[in-house]
Amino acid sequence: MAAVMPQPAASRLLLSGNEAVARAVWESGCRVAAAYPGTPSTEMLEVISTYPDIYAEWSVNEKVSLEVAIGAAFAGSRSFCAMKHVGMNVASDALMTLTLTGVVGGLVIAIADDVGLSSSQNEQDSRYWGRFAHLPMFEPADSQEAYEMTKAAFDLSEGFQCPVILRMTTRINHVKALVTVGERVAHAATGFKKEPARWVMTPAGAGKRIPLMFERDKALRAEAEISPLNIVETGKDRRVGFVSSGPAWMHVRESFPDAPALKLGFSCPVPIEKIRAFAATVDQLVVVEEVEPLVEMELKAAGIACLGKDILPRQGELAPNVLKPAIAKLLGEPEPVGLKPLGRATPVPASVFPRPPTMCVACPHLGVYYTLSQLKNITIAGDIGCYTLGAGHPWNALDTTISMGASMGIAMGLDKGRAEADKDKRILAVIGDSTFLHMGMQGLLDIVYNGGNVTVLLLDNRAVGMTGGQANPGSGKGIHGQETPRVDFAKLVESLGVKKERIHVVDPYQLPVLFKTIREEVKVPEVSVIITNQPCVLIDDYKKQQPYEVIAYKCTGCGNCVDVGCPAIHVTRREKVIKPSGKEVELQFVNIETAACTGCGLCVQPCAPEAIVHADLTKPMRLVRH
Amino acid sequence: MSDNQVTNILVVGIGGQGVMTATEILAEAAIALGHDAKKTEVAGMAQRGGVVSSHLRFGNKVLSPQIMAGQADLLVGFEAAETMRWCHYLKPGGLVLMNTARIVPPVVDIGLYDYPADPIAEIKSRGYRVHAFDAMAIAMELGDVRLGNTVMLGAMADHLPFPPQVLLDAILKRFSQRKPHMVEVNRKAFEAGRAADKAANQLSHAEAAA
Ligand SMILES: Cc1ncc(C[n+]2csc(CCOP(=O)(O)OP(=O)(O)O)c2C)c(N)n1
Ligand code: SF4
Ligand code: SF4
Ligand code: SF4
Repeated sequence: MAAVMPQPAASRLLLSGNEAVARAVWESGCRVAAAYPGTPSTEMLEVISTYPDIYAEWSVNEKVSLEVAIGAAFAGSRSFCAMKHVGMNVASDALMTLTLTGVVGGLVIAIADDVGLSSSQNEQDSRYWGRFAHLPMFEPADSQEAYEMTKAAFDLSEGFQCPVILRMTTRINHVKALVTVGERVAHAATGFKKEPARWVMTPAGAGKRIPLMFERDKALRAEAEISPLNIVETGKDRRVGFVSSGPAWMHVRESFPDAPALKLGFSCPVPIEKIRAFAATVDQLVVVEEVEPLVEMELKAAGIACLGKDILPRQGELAPNVLKPAIAKLLGEPEPVGLKPLGRATPVPASVFPRPPTMCVACPHLGVYYTLSQLKNITIAGDIGCYTLGAGHPWNALDTTISMGASMGIAMGLDKGRAEADKDKRILAVIGDSTFLHMGMQGLLDIVYNGGNVTVLLLDNRAVGMTGGQANPGSGKGIHGQETPRVDFAKLVESLGVKKERIHVVDPYQLPVLFKTIREEVKVPEVSVIITNQPCVLIDDYKKQQPYEVIAYKCTGCGNCVDVGCPAIHVTRREKVIKPSGKEVELQFVNIETAACTGCGLCVQPCAPEAIVHADLTKPMRLVRH
Repeated sequence: MSDNQVTNILVVGIGGQGVMTATEILAEAAIALGHDAKKTEVAGMAQRGGVVSSHLRFGNKVLSPQIMAGQADLLVGFEAAETMRWCHYLKPGGLVLMNTARIVPPVVDIGLYDYPADPIAEIKSRGYRVHAFDAMAIAMELGDVRLGNTVMLGAMADHLPFPPQVLLDAILKRFSQRKPHMVEVNRKAFEAGRAADKAANQLSHAEAAA
């Protein structure tokens, strides 16, 4: 991450796309930047917050972050907001009217699409927003372009008085490449000027702005036609010409260096005439776009013959391993050679176990899921955060995940829509602190207001764990680590109408208390909220304690500690035995990786023979486990 | 080496092992020599013990940041099964530098999957050359597991298209800025890695001869 003292101008730095955007935002004289974390967008705001002379905040959700940026732009400041693709679903209500008012200060919105699903609940194409909201869109293909296009986006935004969307993907946000950086140029705020016809969108006011938006569309398309961000590279092999954007552009250049290609940097509105002229110079035109066939459909509608998703996949990245065979097939050539180890057509991966992400050693969520995994006859509506991993092994204790905050409404629907056969099922919802504040509170209010019977587990770990432990209003810290008021969750849910006696704050490392509280609350036919109160192990609030070890001869192989799911516990040996009842059981003997154990004490509690004891720290620690 | 030749190095392991840092240091070394470089990984949830594969490409001009299967010049594995998982990314007959340490994930612990019996043999059976050594043990001997990273970098040093000193300089530069007291021990770790690679190389020749 960049230091507080920014690197001097003209330095060539190895920057990720996110770091490059952050640098450009700062250099552009942006004064206000807001975001809610979300992979792969998070580092943009993290890095911006390290620069001087710019206000940066973690907003409570993406809609608020966009609104903060809009307000600043109305006040004549350059402003910025960043979000992951699904964030724009949340923010879009503001976006769709913002397009009518436009802005005064330049406003750039970076949206990071998770093409390839590295860590998201879906894969959606944010380029639709440019079309839907009639807004211009830039698509960088590497860090240098991310840097340059961010600067160009501020200028375009001010020139056309409308926000500009910077569409990135994981393969831009997280790739590090060389960037030559420049100087910061300050832009003073021009001040808010009252202009109700523009800033107050009543039906009558909005009706007058819509024709202006269409005028702007035309002007933007004309601008795209001549934009230096849209370039043609000639090539001698004219059998196929490519139109591409974003990281797919680099893959096209890598795969077909001799083919003519048109790069869309200013990709919305599509410069149709420029592409029409290019199409006339090649035998066939192929559109290589991640992920939906947007440009392709627009070209076809404009009468430009092209291929796209008929030969390329509509999901995932369009890397050379996808492009080369598809184009070879199109041209009737044999499968590309050169990638043939040991005479195989394509290199075949070895079969190795999967290694899904796990919860951290001693994560405060472990005790909750261990407890939930012991309960029967329950349905658990889950949410998005580290605790989504509770759906996996060994707990298998989460039944739904849709979108942030959805656990509340879904639990309510599971309750109200239950089948006769499920009438005795208990409905639970599990939600993290950040997700609750982002979009969960409203759902809980709905449950309270409409009389739902749901037991809510609110996992307050004082951080946005999933995205790296950022602060939120529940942590009492701001983006710079400064002190802020801290949300009191018990008071908050009480004020939403949850009865005081139905609210419990418990320590998730105290298994008997947790178990008893959950078991009792699910029996009560009304809404309860159980709040856990221990911090994420990634943040400073977490304090390590003396680690544990297993006394091998005392371990009976019962496997209880394994069910806790702490990654510091390892099975060393399995043994099948026949019980006196005649039942065959598999024993699992374990050890604890003492160097990783933080002494949370969770696994100690279900160990009946007391085989887990504080480690003797005078002995060398066990590090590698076999 | 032709003008536009790009060197492809794939570094793999699991979240928290320092894979991405190692690749970044390699990238810094390449850049110091005036190369263009791109480094990529998809590691959204790597923090939580998932698979990490970090791609580094450098040369005159780098376009796509991704190394495709069958293209890597060098595969560096920080963990045994992970090295096996990615070995098909190597060029035919390519070189594998690997830490023999095994880090067993919970899905293996709870009995859903098996850890491969002999990852090294499996990799060799595919025609790749393997230099294997216990980087963790070497790091522990030097007094700190976190040195494993530098040990791995040291092992790479004699297989790069630039002199080992360039890589060592990049490592030491990092430490002299952030943790000056760690400079000397990192220099040792680097040399220990180089030595481990040499020994593993001799062993693989001896095996081939036997
Ligand atoms: C609309 C939206 N914004 C952002 C994200 C990225 N994201 C995934 S989980 C999460 C929050 C997790 O925090 P919390 O609920 O406190 O749970 P924890 O991970 O700390 O257990 C975020 C921001 C998302 N999936 N959807
Ligand atoms: S990051 Fe925090 S919340 Fe997430 S698994 Fe680790 S300890 Fe748990
Ligand atoms: S005490 Fe048990 S559960 Fe807690 S960190 Fe150590 S091994 Fe993991
Ligand atoms: S709970 Fe105790 S006895 Fe059972 S496997 Fe774990 S250490 Fe052994």
